[in-house]
Amino acid sequence: MTPAVFAALCVAGGVGAALRFVVDGLVRSRVRSVFPWGTAIINVSGSLLLGFLTGLTLHALLPPPWVLVLGTGMMGGYTTFSTASIETMRLVQEREYVMAATNGFAVLIVTVAVGFGSLWVGSSL
Amino acid sequence: MHLRWRYIGVVTLGGAAGTGVREALSLVIPAAGAFPTAIFLINLTGAFALGVVLETLLHLGRDEGHRRMLRLLVGTGFMGGYTTYSTLAVGVAQTFTAGHAWVGIVYGMLSVIGGAAAAFAGIAVGAEIQRWRALPGRRGR
Repeated sequence: MTPAVFAALCVAGGVGAALRFVVDGLVRSRVRSVFPWGTAIINVSGSLLLGFLTGLTLHALLPPPWVLVLGTGMMGGYTTFSTASIETMRLVQEREYVMAATNGFAVLIVTVAVGFGSLWVGSSL
Repeated sequence: MHLRWRYIGVVTLGGAAGTGVREALSLVIPAAGAFPTAIFLINLTGAFALGVVLETLLHLGRDEGHRRMLRLLVGTGFMGGYTTYSTLAVGVAQTFTAGHAWVGIVYGMLSVIGGAAAAFAGIAVGAEIQRWRALPGRRGR
């Protein structure tokens, strides 16, 4: 990786994080729920886009540096594992065990399914 | 609150730094066969560190002023950019297409359970640090 691609990847990660902050805030102000919908929506949509971008590179429709910047950088910064884990733990602490399991396992299954599907779509274009 | 430019600025700054550290580590930590060790370790350490940071800030006082800026810079920004869910999800999906489905299932399950455990440990360690700081012998230093 060239220093320029690495720098662009970092900047893209910052933009992704800012996007997450705004999307999470918008969801929070509209959806009143104990379930952390904001992070779930972010992680599902980010996995969808990363799968698609990764799929595009398999047949060289997108040059690898673009996937590094837009995928690893922006989608990596947009989605978050640490907040998702903290939110699962908070649900456990509040004895919302079904919601905690949903936030842990159901979100994982949905993100993998969505990532698998978009990977396939991207690679068959 | 999510539309204040100052807040968005610190989240961007922290996110860029966290993303840089994640990429640097994932370049130097080798995969164990089909198991993406780097992202696994990054996500678990990030969940632990976020637990420590949030619990510490919670004990220091209300979420405002410098404390809020610090939470957005280090928590939402850095730890959010450092850890990643999309690479985890697509990584699991890719083990399916590569014929290593079991590795992917173990990777996904270990990440979710390990992440929650690491977050719990981080929160516990953060609380313990505050208890130790509040010991009578340490007051006034």
